Amino acid sequence: MAKLKDIAQLEDRLVAGHGMCLGCGIPLIFKVALRATEDPLIISNATGCLEVCTTIFPRTAWNTTWVHSAFENAAATMAGIEAMYKSLKRNGKLPQDKEIKFLATAGDGGTYDIGLQALSGAMERGHNFVYLCYDNNAYANTGGQRSSATPFGASATTSPAGSEIPGKLQRKKDLTKILAAHNIPYVAQANPARWQDLYNKAKKAFEVEGPAFLNVLCPCPTEWKYDESMTVKLAKTAMDTCVWPLYEVDNGKYKINYTPKEKKSVTEWLKPQGRFRHLFKEENAWVIEEYQKQVDEDWEELHKLVEMTK
Amino acid sequence: MSVQKTLNGNQTIAEAVRQIDPDVMAAYPITPSTAIVETIAQFKADGLISGEYVCPESEHSAMSVCIGAASAGGRVMTATASQGLALMWEMLYIAAGLRLPIVASIVNRALAAPISIHGDHSDTMGARDAGWIQIYSENCQEAYDNFIQAFRIGENLDVRTPVMVGLDGFIISHSMEVVKTEDDAAVKKFVGEYQSVYPLLDTSKTFTVGPIDFTDYYFEHKRNQMEGIENAPKVILDVGKEFGETFGREYGFFEEYRMDDAEICIIVMSSAAGTCKDAVDELRDAGINIGLLKPRVFRPFPHHEIAEALRGKKAVAVLDRCASPGAFGAPLFTEVRSALYDLEDRPKIVNYVYGLGGRDIQIEHFKDVAKKLARIAETGKVEEIYGYINLRE
Ligand SMILES: Cc1ncc(C[n+]2csc(CCOP(=O)(O)OP(=O)(O)O)c2C)c(N)n1
Repeated sequence: MAKLKDIAQLEDRLVAGHGMCLGCGIPLIFKVALRATEDPLIISNATGCLEVCTTIFPRTAWNTTWVHSAFENAAATMAGIEAMYKSLKRNGKLPQDKEIKFLATAGDGGTYDIGLQALSGAMERGHNFVYLCYDNNAYANTGGQRSSATPFGASATTSPAGSEIPGKLQRKKDLTKILAAHNIPYVAQANPARWQDLYNKAKKAFEVEGPAFLNVLCPCPTEWKYDESMTVKLAKTAMDTCVWPLYEVDNGKYKINYTPKEKKSVTEWLKPQGRFRHLFKEENAWVIEEYQKQVDEDWEELHKLVEMTK
Repeated sequence: MSVQKTLNGNQTIAEAVRQIDPDVMAAYPITPSTAIVETIAQFKADGLISGEYVCPESEHSAMSVCIGAASAGGRVMTATASQGLALMWEMLYIAAGLRLPIVASIVNRALAAPISIHGDHSDTMGARDAGWIQIYSENCQEAYDNFIQAFRIGENLDVRTPVMVGLDGFIISHSMEVVKTEDDAAVKKFVGEYQSVYPLLDTSKTFTVGPIDFTDYYFEHKRNQMEGIENAPKVILDVGKEFGETFGREYGFFEEYRMDDAEICIIVMSSAAGTCKDAVDELRDAGINIGLLKPRVFRPFPHHEIAEALRGKKAVAVLDRCASPGAFGAPLFTEVRSALYDLEDRPKIVNYVYGLGGRDIQIEHFKDVAKKLARIAETGKVEEIYGYINLRE
C-alpha cells in the first residue's frame, strides 16, 4: 500500500497558480487522484470551476496535457482522443510501447445532468479512460444552482428555500448506481477525507482495461456555506453519517470500503452548512426526517447489493 | 486510372472515405446521410479501412468525438444532415475556434418544424457563421471530388479550418449517377500525409488546449481564427487546379455556364444548377442571352470574383434553397447583393426562394425566372425584389 510520504513525492499535475476558493475540495481530490498514475496523462475537462480556475489564458495550472471543449461533452471529447490514440497506435503512427492514460472530468452538473448522455454513451462503447466526477452538489461555477446531485432539502439558487418551499424537494440522483448498471469494469465512490482510499480507487481505475467511473464527493465552502477550514472534517462527516458511503463495484461486485463505528445522525452533516439552515425551523423538521429516511434506505440497499453480488 | 461506376451521392462519399481512410471517423445516422455511416461501418467490419470508427450516441457527441480526435492529432471526418447538424451547432464553433481541420459531409436537408426528410439548404446555411469552409456540390461527381479536396484545403497549414461539403438530400444522396472514381493510391497521394499541429498525443510536451479567455484575449484569438479562412481562397484555387491536373476535373470558386455574352443571369447552387443548365440551353436556343453562375464555395464567399463575373450584366436572379426569416433576402442573395455594391454599374438583382423541404424545381420554373429577368433588363425596373418559386400561396 502506498504511503503518504511516497505519494507526496510524486510530481504534481495540478500545480500552484489556480484560482480555486479557499477550502475548495477540488484540488484535494486531484492532487491525490492524479498521482495514481505515473504514465503520461491527458485530461478532458468540462466547463466548470476546475476548468475556469485553472486555465485563464495565458496561464495554466496544469502540468499535464489538458483540453476543454464544452460543458456537456468531457466524455465524448475524451472518447475522440482515446479513439485517435488507438487508431494511431494500431497503424504504427505512434510507438507500440507508448502508454498514455486518459481522464475525463466534470462537476456534478457536467456529469449527472447535461453530460449524462455523453458519459453513458462513452461508457457503453467501452472507451478506455477514467471518468472522475467531482460532486460538489451544485453548479458552483455559475453561482450555486441546483443539479440533480443537490441533496434533498438543500437550498440552491434555482431551488431556494422560501416561506412556502423548504429548498430542493427532489431526492438526489444515484448516479454511481446508474454507472454500475453500465456493467463497466470499475465504478467507485470516494471522498477526499479518505485520501488513501481515493488513491487506491484512482489507481485501480487507471489500471483496468476499459472504462472506469469515480464519483468523488467534493465539499464546496462557497455553495454549501460552511467555514472553509472545515472541508476535510465535513467530508468525513459525510462518511460517518452514510450520506456519502464509500464503496466500489469491481467487475460487478459491490464492496463497502468504510463502515462507521457508529452511524451518526444526518443532522451532524446538515448543521454546519448554511444551505440546510432553513431545515432547522420547526415547520421543516419533516424534511430532516425524510432525508434521514432516504440515507438509511440507501445504506441498507447498499448492503443488499453487497450480499447479492458476493 | 479512373474507373466509371454507378453510384449515388452517399456511396461516392463513402467510397472517398474508404480511399482516404481517415484516422478517426465518428458519425450518427440521420436520413438522408445514414447510408454514409452504414457503409463506413461495413467497411470497418470487412477490414477495408484501418482508421477507428466511432458510433456515438448523438451528433453532439459525434462532433465532440471529432474535436477530441482531431486535437489528439490525426485526420478526422463525420457526416450528418439537418437536425443532426443543428444538434452539432455548439460544437461547430468550437471545432473552428480550436482550428481543427475536420471534414464533414453534409447531406442537405430541411430543418423542422414541420419535420421534413427532404432536401434544402437550411441546415448548412444556418451554420454559415460557424467558421467552417462551405463547399456545395451539383452532382455525385462533384460530391466525390469536393470531399477529397476538402481535406487538402482544411488541413493546409495556413488554413487549419474545418470544411463542410454539401450535397443535396435525396436529389444527390440517393440518385444513381455514373461517377468517375480515381485509384485508391492516387487519391491517397493527392490527399497526402496528415500534418499535426500541437497534437495532444505528443507527450514530450504538455499542452493546455481550450482555456478560457477574458476580455483581454478573446477578440485577438477570434481575429487569429479568421486569418485561417481568409487564407483559404488561394488554397482552394490551388487545390482545385491541382485536382484538375491530376484527375482532369478542375474546380474554382464557382462555375460559369454560358455567361460570356449573357445579359441576364441566374445564380443557383447545388443540384438545381444542373436543371438550370438545361433551361439555359433551351432559352439560348430561343434567342435569349442568359447564363448561369453556380457558386461552389460559399464560405469564404468569393465576393470580389462574383462581382467581376456579374459586371456588365443587366439583371440577376439569385435563387436560394433556404429562407432567412425577417432578413432582407435569403443568404446567397444578401451575399451577392453586398458583393455588387462596389460595382459602378451594378446589375439589377432579385431573389427567389425555391425548393424548401424538397419541393421540385423544373426547367419551366427557370424559364419563368428568365422571363422576369428579361422584363427587368428591358425596363430597368425591379417591381418585386423577393419572391417564391413553385409555391401555392
Ligand atoms: C451548454 C451550456 N449550458 C450552460 C452553461 C453554463 N455553465 C457553465 S459551468 C455551469 C455549471 C457547472 O456545474 P458543475 O458541472 O457542477 O461544475 P462546477 O461549476 O460545480 O465545478 C454552467 C451551468 C454552459 N457553459 N454551457
